[in-house]
Amino acid sequence: MISLFTAEGMAGFIFLVFIILTVSGALIATNSSSLIRSVAGLALCFVGVAGLYYYLGSPFVALLQILIYVGAVCVTIIFAVMLANNAETKRSGRCNILATSLSLLSGSGIIFALVTIVLKTEWFTTVSKPSDGSVEKLGQSLLTTYGMSFELISVILLVAIVGSLVLAKSGRSQS
Amino acid sequence: MSVFSLSNNLDTYLVIGILLFVIGLYGMINRKTFIGMLISAELILSGASINFMAFNHFSAPDPVVGQVFTLFIMAIAAAETAIVLSIIIAVYRNYKSINTDSVADLEG
Repeated sequence: MISLFTAEGMAGFIFLVFIILTVSGALIATNSSSLIRSVAGLALCFVGVAGLYYYLGSPFVALLQILIYVGAVCVTIIFAVMLANNAETKRSGRCNILATSLSLLSGSGIIFALVTIVLKTEWFTTVSKPSDGSVEKLGQSLLTTYGMSFELISVILLVAIVGSLVLAKSGRSQS
Repeated sequence: MSVFSLSNNLDTYLVIGILLFVIGLYGMINRKTFIGMLISAELILSGASINFMAFNHFSAPDPVVGQVFTLFIMAIAAAETAIVLSIIIAVYRNYKSINTDSVADLEG
């Protein structure tokens, strides 16, 4: 039994805090009635996921998670919510109950099946190597082994920028 | 195994990834607005990223592959968000609503 007041205990406790942040943020994001609160829950969930990435030995990806998701994606979604602010209409009772019960049923079924699979499988694990300056290796392999995919990703981003500009502009010229 | 040593276990991360995925699926079915469905899609993508990072840390011979894959998932998710939001704005201009029920003119 590891005590809370050792280094490992504190690390485990902070890990538990990150897990709670992630799951509660996801629950807030899907269950709250106003969209702004869902986006705030999404940001909370992403901060928790960034903490999990830190525990998985890659602080660079954790930093990028906070930078891209919390800093860019959530702010963009908040902009869209404010531009197209429309209170979520009160749903009709029967359809809502049907959809909620169906989604809860299928969700718990999928959770049960996948968790059973995960816990019963003997995963092949290697001895985890200590990460030595993983940013350097990441950059090298991004520009050598995965160079083609890197360029394709930049093309995708360019197409996305141009496409979103065209979509938003064409809607404006019609009205 | 103590509660505080959960962070050295592969199963923990896999279960968290499953939880995020299924919560996103639940939101995808249950939400009635486009932005809510977009938020659920982001949750599903981050569940997949957690799976990649967990297998990368615990059982990959080269511990860079999963990180590269997660970075690519982030870039594609950002592009997807930009396009989906501009589609939402265009739909809102035409229909004055972002509910999925009111955009049903194309049937037939």
